Amino acid sequence: MSSATDEPKKLTKKDLSADHPTWCPGCGDFAVLAAFFKVLEKLQIPHEKICTIAGIGCSSRFPYFVNSHGVHFIHGRALPLASGVSLSRPDLHVFAFGGDGDGYSIGGNHLDHAARKNINLTYVVMDNFVYGLTKKQTSPTSPEGFKSKTDPTGAIDRPINPMKKLVYGGASFVGRTHAAQVKHMMEMFERAIKHPGFSVVEVQSECVVFYPGIFDNANPRKGGEFELIEEKKWDNTEEDKARHDVTDENSAYELASLQYPGKFGVFYEADRPTKNQLEQQWIDASREKVGEKSSAEILADRFASMK
Amino acid sequence: MSVSATSDSSETSEGPFGSAEGITELQNAVIRFAGNSQDGIQTIGAFLAKLAGRSAREVMTYMTIPSTISGGPSIFQVHLGSGEVLSAGDESDFLVSFYQHSYDNHIASLKDGGICIYDSDHVEEIKKDERGIVHVGIPITSTTVEAIGGSARDRGKNIFVLGLITQLFQLKKEKLVSLIEKQLGRKGEDVLRNAMLAFDSGFAYPVGDIIGQQFDLKEGIEKSGDQVTTDGNTAMTLGLIAGGVRYGAGYPITPWSTIMEQLRSELPKYGGLFVQAEDELGAVSMAIGFAYSGHVAITGSSGPGLSLKMEALGYATMAEIPLVVINVQRGGPSTGLPTSVEQSDLMQAIYGSHGDAPRIVIAPKNVEDCYYTAIEACELAKEYSCPVIVLTDQALASRIEAFSEPDLSKMVDPKLDLGSRGEEFKPYPLDGLTRHAPPGAPMAEGKYPVVTGLEHDEWGHPSGNPEMHQRMMDRRRNKLKTLAGALTLPEISGDESGDVLLVGWGSTWGPIRESVSRVQSRDISVGAIHLRHLNPLPNGFEKIFANYKHVVVVELNDEGLYGSGQLATLLRSRYCDPKISSICKTDGLTYKVREIVEKIEAIVTSS
Repeated sequence: MSSATDEPKKLTKKDLSADHPTWCPGCGDFAVLAAFFKVLEKLQIPHEKICTIAGIGCSSRFPYFVNSHGVHFIHGRALPLASGVSLSRPDLHVFAFGGDGDGYSIGGNHLDHAARKNINLTYVVMDNFVYGLTKKQTSPTSPEGFKSKTDPTGAIDRPINPMKKLVYGGASFVGRTHAAQVKHMMEMFERAIKHPGFSVVEVQSECVVFYPGIFDNANPRKGGEFELIEEKKWDNTEEDKARHDVTDENSAYELASLQYPGKFGVFYEADRPTKNQLEQQWIDASREKVGEKSSAEILADRFASMK
Repeated sequence: MSVSATSDSSETSEGPFGSAEGITELQNAVIRFAGNSQDGIQTIGAFLAKLAGRSAREVMTYMTIPSTISGGPSIFQVHLGSGEVLSAGDESDFLVSFYQHSYDNHIASLKDGGICIYDSDHVEEIKKDERGIVHVGIPITSTTVEAIGGSARDRGKNIFVLGLITQLFQLKKEKLVSLIEKQLGRKGEDVLRNAMLAFDSGFAYPVGDIIGQQFDLKEGIEKSGDQVTTDGNTAMTLGLIAGGVRYGAGYPITPWSTIMEQLRSELPKYGGLFVQAEDELGAVSMAIGFAYSGHVAITGSSGPGLSLKMEALGYATMAEIPLVVINVQRGGPSTGLPTSVEQSDLMQAIYGSHGDAPRIVIAPKNVEDCYYTAIEACELAKEYSCPVIVLTDQALASRIEAFSEPDLSKMVDPKLDLGSRGEEFKPYPLDGLTRHAPPGAPMAEGKYPVVTGLEHDEWGHPSGNPEMHQRMMDRRRNKLKTLAGALTLPEISGDESGDVLLVGWGSTWGPIRESVSRVQSRDISVGAIHLRHLNPLPNGFEKIFANYKHVVVVELNDEGLYGSGQLATLLRSRYCDPKISSICKTDGLTYKVREIVEKIEAIVTSS
């Protein structure tokens, strides 16, 4: 994590604010944006090095609301585009944003592969259990029985379990938070950004128009309970035995299997080489073999082998 | 046309190869090897092609590959000549048959009076004397096994045949041996030793005595500069690198895969990277990510894969992202004929995707041109900031040709421009070319751009304004019209006016050129132009068309519902000229010169 100690001017929320979000009043995504600004203010990432990338959906409008280099791409493909940026530009901080439809449905395969490859970037999923931009169709996380315009008698397909998908896919940082818990959200974002590798934060972010109240049972202000994951402190105490080991994949699955709304916090965090590092090693080894040769000389060698 | 014995054939009664001295000089020779793909018959062809490049001969090869995993019947045809070699040859002068099925399926492709060498271990003895063909049975398999000994089984019989051919045609043995040593030496001492045993055994086999003569394949006139010998996909790969490509992404599909395989291994040497993505959509998206980051980036595929990339290509047109896309066409639709040739992706390349999404489409005409077309694609992408689709095909991808080594002295390394973008930075000015601000570039005014697929204004800001949509649509179209104005018309080969103008694009260049010279000798005046720029087309074809009675577009695609191939349809629409007609076919094979000639004659006589 680099911080811009040589920057005379501090990066502020004002610098980072762009268009006023087009989200509906009360949308959970406003809080996600606010938390993101606060974390960037804290980390002081050089302004021009921030790159925000999204696909299609309500939450995928995110890049328009952040004044940074950004891409509003096509539906479901934010992650491969972001992977291209991350792999070819190690100087940047790459962020991808999206919703449950973009990330778990149309882009579901890309998510598995970005996770498997451990691409160095941070991905924030604003999960609202419904398609909002297209006005209330069933989403891959809609619970069974949810009445939508495409399931008027209630959804019948089993929903995706995002946390299981992320851990199984190979994401090296998997966190879960709630848009009504700004402090916790900031903590998750900061840890995800500092994690080297493919870090994902799943945020339960309410769609107040098409699925109001769905996340109330994890919101203490609405009578729910926001239950946190207690992580191991490795202090050799008796209590510590019951705490969660974030490096243990099986424990992560157990947490992911808890009855909804389950627990919040870091499910999994592993130290695994990124594709960025592994590719760089190959590049370095290849460069060493060709020595001081210019690219024209390397190409000339290739042609010489065809004579 | 490819064999012309210099000795007077009237001195003998036995076909075109007869000669009193027992040595016949040849200007050209077409040799077809027919066997199974696992026998390594491609290796024989590749060695001969490489030797040709080193002997100032021209060469063109043609091969068929089974689309099955475990191999199967396959041919490799080599056309060697001391003059211009434009096609792989309609018929062969020599046929080498490894199996009964090879003989049965390919004897028809041998010329009258040609020579058929067959493996008498696998092919029934041929006694009949049809069409003056000389049949020579040689126990290729058992002689090879005998020569190598041990447990070699029948491996190495391709190299045995190479030795046989070297002797029969009086080829330069030392040059060939050094090529074998270089190529097979890498695979270990045992492999090389066995290969040399097989080669020497073939070389010592008295095939010339059995036929009653030997051949002397003339070397060509030494060209200035070195010749290199390679296939189209390799030439394309190296052209991309020369053009400044350092990043790319793809997904395996035949026959595109060998480009991505080579880029994967080559780019790290230049500090770059090629990524195998999870699918075609991921590949094109990642390539757009590389391009957005400020690099010259590529993706590629073959027909079905190009279809999958279409949505993202629409985005690249809208967001004005420079992107090179290689499409190695194959037989379609759907899985179609994955290892056969077709030129049926032209409309897809120009008009595929949703909305009106103009992009550049160009096509190489031969292996050498793959290299230069790739470089031009990189230049056009950078200049016009849109997708540039290069339409090559299966035949070009795999065939081998020799050409002059390119001049690399002007090769420039790409530089990432992360300088501060000044005040009034407009990525999409209505009156100028696209400008880019890759991530990492500070924005002097503190306002950072979001690159979007939504319609936008000059600053890239989303805008649903009806007038703005029209003006931006004009802008994206007019960029290509500017390019059209800068293009020059292709050169005319053959007659500059007369009966027929042949129009071609892509890999049909050789057969079309050969057709021109063949038709000219029959009192039909014919010229030919070959189009590299397919979208936009250069301006002014009407001036060329005016000089001919017929404009005939030769393509490897279907004549469609209205009797016109894909380029013919475009030209008819562009020029509203009823004299534009089509020669089309979709049998998965390259054009034989004869096929074109016969159709031209029919068009001329029926008018």
